[in-house]
Amino acid sequence: MSPQPTTMLNGDGVYRIVWVPGTDRLRGWCWCGESRESEDPVELWASLLAHPDEHPGRGTAPAPGPAPTKLVGA
Amino acid sequence: MTTTSFAHNQWYVAAYGSEIGRELFTRTICGESILFWRTEAGEVTAMADRCVHRRFPLSEKPSRLDGDTVVCGYHGFTYGADGVCVSVPGQKRVPRTARLTSYPVKEQDSFVWVWIGDKDKADESLIPRAPWLDSPDYTTVCGMEPLAARYGLLVDNLLDLSHETYLHGGYIGTPEVADTPITTEVDEKAGVVYVSRHMDDAACPPFYAKSTGITGRITRWQDIEYHAPCLYLLHSRIAPVGAPGPNADGGDPDAFHVEVVYAITPETETSTHDFWAVARDFALEDQEVSDFLWENNRTVVLQDVVALNRLEQVIASEPAGTQELSINIDTGGLAARRILKRMVEAGTAASTAAEPAAAVR
Repeated sequence: MSPQPTTMLNGDGVYRIVWVPGTDRLRGWCWCGESRESEDPVELWASLLAHPDEHPGRGTAPAPGPAPTKLVGA
Repeated sequence: MTTTSFAHNQWYVAAYGSEIGRELFTRTICGESILFWRTEAGEVTAMADRCVHRRFPLSEKPSRLDGDTVVCGYHGFTYGADGVCVSVPGQKRVPRTARLTSYPVKEQDSFVWVWIGDKDKADESLIPRAPWLDSPDYTTVCGMEPLAARYGLLVDNLLDLSHETYLHGGYIGTPEVADTPITTEVDEKAGVVYVSRHMDDAACPPFYAKSTGITGRITRWQDIEYHAPCLYLLHSRIAPVGAPGPNADGGDPDAFHVEVVYAITPETETSTHDFWAVARDFALEDQEVSDFLWENNRTVVLQDVVALNRLEQVIASEPAGTQELSINIDTGGLAARRILKRMVEAGTAASTAAEPAAAVR
Protein backbone atom coordinates (compact mmCIF):
# COMPACT_ATOMS: atom_id res chain seq x y z
CA MET A 1 0.00 0.00 0.00
CA SER A 2 1.98 2.99 -1.21
CA PRO A 3 0.98 6.63 -1.12
CA GLN A 4 0.70 8.50 -4.36
CA PRO A 5 2.96 11.57 -4.26
CA THR A 6 0.04 13.71 -5.37
CA THR A 7 0.60 17.24 -6.53
CA MET A 8 -2.77 18.91 -6.40
CA LEU A 9 -2.00 22.50 -5.46
CA ASN A 10 -0.53 24.64 -8.18
CA GLY A 11 0.27 27.94 -6.47
CA ASP A 12 3.79 29.33 -6.76
CA GLY A 13 4.51 28.87 -3.06
CA VAL A 14 3.45 25.28 -2.33
CA TYR A 15 5.24 23.21 0.29
CA ARG A 16 4.91 19.43 0.07
CA ILE A 17 5.57 16.65 2.58
CA VAL A 18 5.47 13.00 1.57
CA TRP A 19 5.51 10.11 4.00
CA VAL A 20 8.35 8.02 2.55
CA PRO A 21 6.91 4.61 1.56
CA GLY A 22 7.90 1.77 3.83
CA THR A 23 9.47 4.02 6.46
CA ASP A 24 8.50 6.27 9.33
CA ARG A 25 10.27 9.20 7.71
CA LEU A 26 8.89 12.29 6.03
CA ARG A 27 10.42 14.09 3.07
CA GLY A 28 9.52 17.72 2.63
CA TRP A 29 10.00 20.02 -0.32
CA CYS A 30 10.21 23.77 -0.19
CA TRP A 31 8.45 25.52 -3.08
CA CYS A 32 11.92 26.28 -4.47
CA GLY A 33 12.59 22.58 -5.02
CA GLU A 34 14.98 21.96 -2.15
CA SER A 35 14.07 18.99 0.04
CA ARG A 36 15.00 17.50 3.37
CA GLU A 37 14.00 14.50 5.49
CA SER A 38 12.91 14.21 9.09
CA GLU A 39 11.08 11.92 11.48
CA ASP A 40 9.33 14.82 13.17
CA PRO A 41 6.64 16.82 11.32
CA VAL A 42 6.99 19.77 13.71
CA GLU A 43 10.71 20.01 13.03
CA LEU A 44 10.20 19.50 9.30
CA TRP A 45 7.58 22.25 8.96
CA ALA A 46 9.75 24.59 11.00
CA SER A 47 12.78 23.96 8.80
CA LEU A 48 10.80 24.25 5.55
CA LEU A 49 9.15 27.50 6.55
CA ALA A 50 12.41 28.90 7.88
CA HIS A 51 14.19 28.06 4.64
CA PRO A 52 16.46 31.06 3.96
CA ASP A 53 15.08 33.71 1.65
CA GLU A 54 17.76 33.04 -0.87
CA HIS A 55 15.50 31.47 -3.44
CA PRO A 56 15.81 32.41 -7.09
CA GLY A 57 12.28 33.80 -6.87
CA ARG A 58 8.80 32.36 -6.57
CA GLY A 59 7.73 30.41 -9.60
CA THR A 60 11.14 30.20 -11.19
CA ALA A 61 12.29 26.94 -9.64
CA PRO A 62 11.11 23.57 -10.93
CA ALA A 63 8.27 22.13 -8.90
CA PRO A 64 9.04 18.77 -7.34
CA GLY A 65 7.09 15.77 -8.54
CA PRO A 66 4.63 15.48 -11.41
CA ALA A 67 2.64 18.41 -12.73
CA PRO A 68 -0.28 19.55 -10.62
CA THR A 69 -3.73 18.39 -11.69
CA LYS A 70 -6.68 20.38 -10.46
CA LEU A 71 -7.94 21.97 -7.30
CA VAL A 72 -11.59 21.11 -7.22
CA GLY A 73 -12.89 23.49 -4.62
CA ALA A 74 -10.91 26.56 -5.62
CA MET B 1 -8.54 46.23 21.44
CA THR B 2 -9.89 42.80 22.16
CA THR B 3 -7.56 39.97 21.24
CA THR B 4 -9.33 36.80 20.20
CA SER B 5 -8.41 33.52 18.60
CA PHE B 6 -10.72 34.26 15.67
CA ALA B 7 -9.41 35.10 12.23
CA HIS B 8 -10.99 38.40 11.20
CA ASN B 9 -11.34 39.64 7.64
CA GLN B 10 -12.58 36.21 6.59
CA TRP B 11 -15.77 34.66 5.24
CA TYR B 12 -17.63 32.17 7.43
CA VAL B 13 -20.66 29.98 6.87
CA ALA B 14 -23.42 31.42 9.04
CA ALA B 15 -26.31 29.15 8.04
CA TYR B 16 -27.87 27.07 5.35
CA GLY B 17 -29.93 29.24 3.04
CA SER B 18 -32.94 27.10 3.96
CA GLU B 19 -32.67 28.26 7.59
CA ILE B 20 -33.32 31.89 6.76
CA GLY B 21 -36.70 33.16 5.67
CA ARG B 22 -39.26 35.71 6.76
CA GLU B 23 -38.70 34.97 10.42
CA LEU B 24 -35.99 36.70 12.44
CA PHE B 25 -33.03 34.35 12.85
CA THR B 26 -30.00 34.81 15.06
CA ARG B 27 -26.64 33.12 15.24
CA THR B 28 -23.41 34.10 16.98
CA ILE B 29 -20.39 34.07 14.65
CA CYS B 30 -16.90 34.73 16.03
CA GLY B 31 -18.44 36.18 19.17
CA GLU B 32 -20.74 38.57 17.27
CA SER B 33 -24.51 38.13 17.62
CA ILE B 34 -25.93 38.58 14.16
CA LEU B 35 -29.55 38.92 13.03
CA PHE B 36 -30.46 37.38 9.68
CA TRP B 37 -33.65 37.70 7.67
CA ARG B 38 -34.83 37.65 4.09
CA THR B 39 -36.27 40.75 2.43
CA GLU B 40 -39.55 40.54 0.54
CA ALA B 41 -37.43 40.27 -2.62
CA GLY B 42 -35.72 37.17 -1.15
CA GLU B 43 -32.30 38.66 -0.36
CA VAL B 44 -30.58 37.57 2.84
CA THR B 45 -29.57 40.47 5.05
CA ALA B 46 -27.41 40.49 8.18
CA MET B 47 -27.03 43.05 10.96
CA ALA B 48 -26.16 43.25 14.63
CA ASP B 49 -28.74 41.53 16.80
CA ARG B 50 -28.82 44.32 19.38
CA CYS B 51 -30.97 47.43 19.29
CA VAL B 52 -28.77 50.54 19.51
CA HIS B 53 -31.11 51.99 22.12
CA ARG B 54 -30.97 49.62 25.09
CA ARG B 55 -29.32 46.55 23.50
CA PHE B 56 -32.49 44.46 23.34
CA PRO B 57 -31.99 41.46 21.00
CA LEU B 58 -33.90 42.12 17.81
CA SER B 59 -34.35 38.37 17.36
CA GLU B 60 -36.29 38.24 20.63
CA LYS B 61 -40.06 38.41 20.57
CA PRO B 62 -42.01 40.62 20.45
CA SER B 63 -39.48 42.10 17.98
CA ARG B 64 -40.81 41.47 14.48
CA LEU B 65 -40.46 41.98 10.78
CA ASP B 66 -42.72 44.58 9.19
CA GLY B 67 -42.23 44.46 5.43
CA ASP B 68 -38.54 45.16 4.90
CA THR B 69 -38.02 46.65 8.37
CA VAL B 70 -37.31 45.19 11.80
CA VAL B 71 -39.22 46.62 14.74
CA CYS B 72 -37.58 46.27 18.15
CA GLY B 73 -39.94 44.57 20.57
CA TYR B 74 -38.84 46.73 23.50
CA HIS B 75 -39.35 50.41 22.43
CA GLY B 76 -40.13 50.22 18.73
CA PHE B 77 -36.86 51.39 17.15
CA THR B 78 -37.27 50.40 13.51
CA TYR B 79 -34.46 49.48 11.12
CA GLY B 80 -34.25 48.97 7.37
CA ALA B 81 -32.55 46.13 5.54
CA ASP B 82 -29.30 48.11 5.54
CA GLY B 83 -29.40 48.40 9.35
CA VAL B 84 -30.15 52.12 9.34
CA CYS B 85 -32.77 53.22 11.86
CA VAL B 86 -35.78 54.72 10.10
CA SER B 87 -37.95 55.58 13.05
CA VAL B 88 -37.81 55.98 16.82
CA PRO B 89 -40.75 56.35 19.21
CA GLY B 90 -42.21 59.73 20.17
CA GLN B 91 -40.03 62.02 18.05
CA LYS B 92 -39.45 62.87 14.42
CA ARG B 93 -35.66 63.22 14.53
CA VAL B 94 -33.80 59.95 14.19
CA PRO B 95 -30.33 60.24 15.74
CA ARG B 96 -27.64 60.12 13.10
CA THR B 97 -25.77 57.33 14.89
CA ALA B 98 -28.85 55.11 15.11
CA ARG B 99 -27.72 52.32 12.83
CA LEU B 100 -26.93 48.67 13.32
CA THR B 101 -23.63 47.25 12.18
CA SER B 102 -24.43 45.48 8.93
CA TYR B 103 -22.52 42.49 7.55
CA PRO B 104 -21.68 41.57 3.97
CA VAL B 105 -23.44 38.31 3.09
CA LYS B 106 -23.36 35.99 0.10
CA GLU B 107 -25.62 33.04 -0.60
CA GLN B 108 -23.68 30.36 -2.47
CA ASP B 109 -23.63 26.55 -2.73
CA SER B 110 -26.61 26.31 -0.32
CA PHE B 111 -24.74 28.22 2.40
CA VAL B 112 -25.11 31.77 3.66
CA TRP B 113 -21.62 33.22 4.05
CA VAL B 114 -20.98 36.21 6.26
CA TRP B 115 -17.90 38.44 6.31
CA ILE B 116 -16.41 39.04 9.74
CA GLY B 117 -14.08 42.01 9.70
CA ASP B 118 -13.52 45.25 7.84
CA LYS B 119 -16.41 45.63 5.37
CA ASP B 120 -14.21 47.37 2.82
CA LYS B 121 -12.13 44.22 2.49
CA ALA B 122 -15.06 41.86 1.80
CA ASP B 123 -14.35 40.26 -1.58
CA GLU B 124 -16.88 37.64 -2.66
CA SER B 125 -14.37 36.05 -5.01
CA LEU B 126 -12.46 34.84 -1.95
CA ILE B 127 -15.28 32.53 -0.86
CA PRO B 128 -14.26 28.90 -1.50
CA ARG B 129 -16.71 26.77 -3.42
CA ALA B 130 -18.62 23.57 -2.65
CA PRO B 131 -20.61 23.26 -5.87
CA TRP B 132 -21.88 19.72 -5.24
CA LEU B 133 -24.25 20.86 -2.52
CA ASP B 134 -26.79 22.37 -4.89
CA SER B 135 -25.81 20.53 -8.08
CA PRO B 136 -28.49 18.48 -9.88
CA ASP B 137 -25.82 15.82 -10.46
CA TYR B 138 -25.56 15.12 -6.72
CA THR B 139 -27.93 14.33 -3.89
CA THR B 140 -27.04 15.92 -0.58
CA VAL B 141 -27.93 15.28 3.04
CA CYS B 142 -26.80 17.80 5.64
CA GLY B 143 -27.06 19.07 9.17
CA MET B 144 -25.42 21.19 11.84
CA GLU B 145 -24.38 20.12 15.30
CA PRO B 146 -23.38 22.50 18.08
CA LEU B 147 -19.92 21.78 19.43
CA ALA B 148 -18.90 22.90 22.93
CA ALA B 149 -15.25 23.10 21.95
CA ARG B 150 -12.93 25.61 20.30
CA TYR B 151 -12.93 25.45 16.52
CA GLY B 152 -9.26 24.48 16.37
CA LEU B 153 -10.08 21.09 17.84
CA LEU B 154 -12.44 20.36 14.96
CA VAL B 155 -9.80 21.47 12.46
CA ASP B 156 -7.31 19.08 14.08
CA ASN B 157 -9.89 16.31 13.99
CA LEU B 158 -10.82 16.69 10.34
CA LEU B 159 -7.28 17.16 9.03
CA ASP B 160 -6.22 13.81 10.48
CA LEU B 161 -8.61 11.09 9.39
CA SER B 162 -6.57 8.30 10.99
CA HIS B 163 -8.89 8.83 13.96
CA GLU B 164 -11.66 7.21 11.91
CA THR B 165 -10.14 3.83 12.66
CA TYR B 166 -10.54 4.28 16.42
CA LEU B 167 -13.32 6.79 17.03
CA HIS B 168 -15.56 5.74 14.14
CA GLY B 169 -14.89 2.02 13.84
CA GLY B 170 -17.96 0.21 12.52
CA TYR B 171 -19.14 3.34 10.67
CA ILE B 172 -16.46 4.88 8.43
CA GLY B 173 -13.29 3.57 10.04
CA THR B 174 -11.30 0.51 9.00
CA PRO B 175 -7.72 -0.47 9.93
CA GLU B 176 -6.35 0.70 6.58
CA VAL B 177 -7.12 4.36 7.24
CA ALA B 178 -4.73 4.66 10.15
CA ASP B 179 -2.20 2.38 8.45
CA THR B 180 -1.90 4.26 5.16
CA PRO B 181 0.67 7.07 4.81
CA ILE B 182 -0.41 10.53 3.68
CA THR B 183 0.91 13.21 1.40
CA THR B 184 0.45 16.81 2.51
CA GLU B 185 0.60 19.96 0.45
CA VAL B 186 0.33 23.51 1.69
CA ASP B 187 -0.20 26.75 -0.14
CA GLU B 188 0.58 29.21 2.63
CA LYS B 189 -0.37 32.24 0.58
CA ALA B 190 -3.77 30.88 -0.45
CA GLY B 191 -4.43 29.36 2.98
CA VAL B 192 -5.07 25.88 1.59
CA VAL B 193 -3.99 22.52 3.01
CA TYR B 194 -4.34 19.35 0.92
CA VAL B 195 -3.99 15.93 2.55
CA SER B 196 -4.15 12.84 0.39
CA ARG B 197 -4.54 9.25 1.54
CA HIS B 198 -5.00 6.62 -1.17
CA MET B 199 -5.81 3.08 -0.03
CA ASP B 200 -5.34 0.54 -2.81
CA ASP B 201 -6.99 -2.43 -1.10
CA ALA B 202 -9.12 -1.74 1.93
CA ALA B 203 -12.11 -3.14 3.78
CA CYS B 204 -15.34 -1.38 2.86
CA PRO B 205 -16.86 0.25 5.96
CA PRO B 206 -20.65 0.04 6.46
CA PHE B 207 -21.06 3.72 5.52
CA TYR B 208 -19.99 2.92 1.96
CA ALA B 209 -21.00 -0.76 1.73
CA LYS B 210 -24.65 -0.04 2.47
CA SER B 211 -24.87 3.10 0.36
CA THR B 212 -23.05 1.80 -2.74
CA GLY B 213 -23.91 -1.90 -2.53
CA ILE B 214 -20.23 -2.91 -2.83
CA THR B 215 -19.69 -6.17 -0.97
CA GLY B 216 -15.95 -6.80 -1.41
CA ARG B 217 -12.78 -4.86 -0.79
CA ILE B 218 -12.33 -1.40 -2.20
CA THR B 219 -9.94 1.17 -3.49
CA ARG B 220 -10.57 4.12 -1.20
CA TRP B 221 -9.19 7.58 -1.79
CA GLN B 222 -9.49 10.37 0.71
CA ASP B 223 -8.41 13.76 -0.55
CA ILE B 224 -8.85 16.59 1.91
CA GLU B 225 -8.92 20.18 0.77
CA TYR B 226 -9.07 22.64 3.66
CA HIS B 227 -9.64 26.27 2.83
CA ALA B 228 -8.83 28.02 6.07
CA PRO B 229 -10.47 29.09 8.17
CA CYS B 230 -13.95 27.74 7.46
CA LEU B 231 -14.42 25.31 4.57
CA TYR B 232 -13.32 21.69 4.61
CA LEU B 233 -13.84 19.36 1.65
CA LEU B 234 -13.23 15.62 1.66
CA HIS B 235 -13.26 14.17 -1.84
CA SER B 236 -13.98 10.50 -1.26
CA ARG B 237 -13.59 8.03 -4.13
CA ILE B 238 -14.78 4.45 -3.66
CA ALA B 239 -14.41 1.65 -6.23
CA PRO B 240 -14.19 -2.14 -6.14
CA VAL B 241 -10.59 -3.35 -6.13
CA GLY B 242 -9.53 -3.87 -9.74
CA ALA B 243 -11.92 -1.32 -11.23
CA PRO B 244 -10.35 1.11 -13.73
CA GLY B 245 -9.09 4.43 -12.38
CA PRO B 246 -10.17 7.89 -13.50
CA ASN B 247 -9.91 8.74 -17.17
CA ALA B 248 -7.44 11.29 -18.45
CA ASP B 249 -10.32 13.68 -19.17
CA GLY B 250 -11.41 13.60 -15.51
CA GLY B 251 -14.32 11.21 -16.03
CA ASP B 252 -14.51 8.36 -13.54
CA PRO B 253 -17.49 6.13 -14.41
CA ASP B 254 -16.30 3.08 -12.48
CA ALA B 255 -16.17 4.74 -9.08
CA PHE B 256 -18.59 6.15 -6.54
CA HIS B 257 -17.94 9.69 -5.39
CA VAL B 258 -18.93 11.26 -2.11
CA GLU B 259 -18.13 14.86 -1.34
CA VAL B 260 -18.11 15.39 2.40
CA VAL B 261 -18.24 19.07 3.26
CA TYR B 262 -17.77 20.70 6.64
CA ALA B 263 -18.04 24.34 7.54
CA ILE B 264 -16.16 25.07 10.75
CA THR B 265 -17.56 28.30 12.13
CA PRO B 266 -16.48 29.63 15.51
CA GLU B 267 -19.38 30.68 17.72
CA THR B 268 -17.43 31.75 20.81
CA GLU B 269 -13.90 31.13 22.00
CA THR B 270 -14.96 27.68 23.19
CA SER B 271 -17.88 26.71 20.96
CA THR B 272 -18.30 25.99 17.28
CA HIS B 273 -21.00 25.52 14.66
CA ASP B 274 -20.25 22.16 13.05
CA PHE B 275 -21.99 22.23 9.64
CA TRP B 276 -21.78 18.96 7.74
CA ALA B 277 -23.00 17.77 4.36
CA VAL B 278 -22.65 14.57 2.35
CA ALA B 279 -23.16 14.81 -1.41
CA ARG B 280 -23.15 11.69 -3.61
CA ASP B 281 -23.20 11.05 -7.33
CA PHE B 282 -25.05 7.72 -7.16
CA ALA B 283 -28.49 6.47 -6.10
CA LEU B 284 -29.66 10.03 -6.59
CA GLU B 285 -33.35 9.28 -6.16
CA ASP B 286 -33.03 6.62 -3.48
CA GLN B 287 -34.55 7.99 -0.29
CA GLU B 288 -33.39 4.97 1.71
CA VAL B 289 -29.78 5.76 0.83
CA SER B 290 -30.35 9.41 1.77
CA ASP B 291 -31.88 8.43 5.11
CA PHE B 292 -29.05 5.99 5.80
CA LEU B 293 -26.29 8.49 4.98
CA TRP B 294 -27.95 11.23 7.01
CA GLU B 295 -28.36 9.01 10.06
CA ASN B 296 -24.93 7.43 9.73
CA ASN B 297 -22.99 10.64 9.13
CA ARG B 298 -24.82 12.42 11.93
CA THR B 299 -23.86 9.56 14.24
CA VAL B 300 -20.22 9.95 13.18
CA VAL B 301 -20.36 13.73 13.70
CA LEU B 302 -21.87 13.23 17.15
CA GLN B 303 -19.09 10.77 18.03
CA ASP B 304 -16.66 13.60 17.25
CA VAL B 305 -18.77 16.08 19.21
CA VAL B 306 -18.72 13.91 22.34
CA ALA B 307 -14.95 13.39 22.08
CA LEU B 308 -14.12 17.04 21.33
CA ASN B 309 -16.44 18.38 24.03
CA ARG B 310 -14.56 16.24 26.51
CA LEU B 311 -11.22 17.32 25.07
CA GLU B 312 -12.23 20.97 25.45
CA GLN B 313 -12.87 20.39 29.15
CA VAL B 314 -9.44 18.85 29.54
CA ILE B 315 -7.62 21.60 27.64
CA ALA B 316 -9.49 24.32 29.52
CA SER B 317 -8.35 22.78 32.80
CA GLU B 318 -4.67 22.69 31.83
CA PRO B 319 -2.16 25.53 31.62
CA ALA B 320 -1.88 27.10 28.16
CA GLY B 321 0.91 25.55 26.14
CA THR B 322 0.78 22.16 27.86
CA GLN B 323 3.04 19.81 25.91
CA GLU B 324 1.58 17.73 23.08
CA LEU B 325 3.27 15.17 20.88
CA SER B 326 2.88 15.24 17.11
CA ILE B 327 3.70 12.39 14.72
CA ASN B 328 3.51 11.81 10.98
CA ILE B 329 -0.32 11.66 10.88
CA ASP B 330 -0.41 15.25 12.18
CA THR B 331 1.45 16.77 9.23
CA GLY B 332 -1.70 18.30 7.72
CA GLY B 333 -3.14 19.44 11.03
CA LEU B 334 0.10 21.20 11.95
CA ALA B 335 0.04 23.05 8.63
CA ALA B 336 -3.55 24.13 9.25
CA ARG B 337 -2.63 25.43 12.69
CA ARG B 338 0.17 27.55 11.26
CA ILE B 339 -2.10 29.06 8.62
CA LEU B 340 -4.83 29.80 11.17
CA LYS B 341 -2.30 31.43 13.49
CA ARG B 342 -1.11 33.65 10.67
CA MET B 343 -4.70 34.56 9.73
CA VAL B 344 -5.56 35.43 13.33
CA GLU B 345 -2.47 37.63 13.61
CA ALA B 346 -3.19 39.37 10.30
CA GLY B 347 -6.80 40.08 11.28
CA THR B 348 -5.78 41.37 14.69
CA ALA B 349 -3.11 43.65 13.20
CA ALA B 350 -5.60 45.06 10.69
CA SER B 351 -8.22 45.78 13.35
CA THR B 352 -5.61 47.45 15.57
CA ALA B 353 -4.54 49.71 12.74
CA ALA B 354 -8.13 50.63 11.91
CA GLU B 355 -9.32 51.14 15.48
CA PRO B 356 -10.58 54.66 16.27
CA ALA B 357 -8.94 56.48 19.18
CA ALA B 358 -12.00 56.63 21.38
CA ALA B 359 -15.72 56.40 20.91
CA VAL B 360 -17.66 59.29 22.46
CA ARG B 361 -21.42 59.29 22.38
